[in-house]
Amino acid sequence: MTKADIVQAVYSQLGGFSKKESADLVDLVFETLKETLGRGEKIKISGFGNFVLRDKRQRQGRNPQTGDPIVITERRVLNFKASQLLKQALNDRQEGGPSNGDGGEGQAVASLGSDDRE
Amino acid sequence: MTKSELIEAIAARGELTKARAELVVNCVFDAMTEALQRGEGIEIRGFGSFTVRPYKPYDGRNPRTGQPVPVPAKRLPFFKVGKELKELVNNSRAHLAHVGEDDDDEGAFDDEED
Repeated sequence: MTKADIVQAVYSQLGGFSKKESADLVDLVFETLKETLGRGEKIKISGFGNFVLRDKRQRQGRNPQTGDPIVITERRVLNFKASQLLKQALNDRQEGGPSNGDGGEGQAVASLGSDDRE
Repeated sequence: MTKSELIEAIAARGELTKARAELVVNCVFDAMTEALQRGEGIEIRGFGSFTVRPYKPYDGRNPRTGQPVPVPAKRLPFFKVGKELKELVNNSRAHLAHVGEDDDDEGAFDDEED
């Protein structure tokens, strides 16, 4: 899935927005997320997950190719923590365990809105 | 920023009603959730990509009681930060003055694409 598919979803599912408007709005969503994280602010999307920032101290690492020791400078990194709901959505269906080849059926979709927690 | 703050921001910047902005924001995350449910990855240029990783079943433990608990096979979403956003985030430590130029950490982790 790319942004174009998300634009298509907004365009066809919501109605009232032109293709161009749909594209602009989807861009605006990701732009806003980016700018917020770029200010050092975390983002919490209930039902989906949290984008959290962590400050890492400088540490010693290695070039995995050569084994040479290198210094990894201090930095701020972004982590995504999936919400319980999203994790459930990926695992709800089939009793026989989830990893049956990641088959493309999406019949668990309906269960998404059923329990509103978080 | 929470989802409702995101909705407010989209309403203001996109010149929409809040109700309309809420539909847009929900539609975006619903579409993404559905893609992940299908086992499909999502790639947003400049932002990052989401993939679904399968995990094998294993025996875990209840950390309180120490009792073994079987953990079934599961799928978990995984996010990899895009280059642009990664730099943006790192540069948000503005006051720290010296921003490192190198970008080759965690190579082993980054390269692990299933």
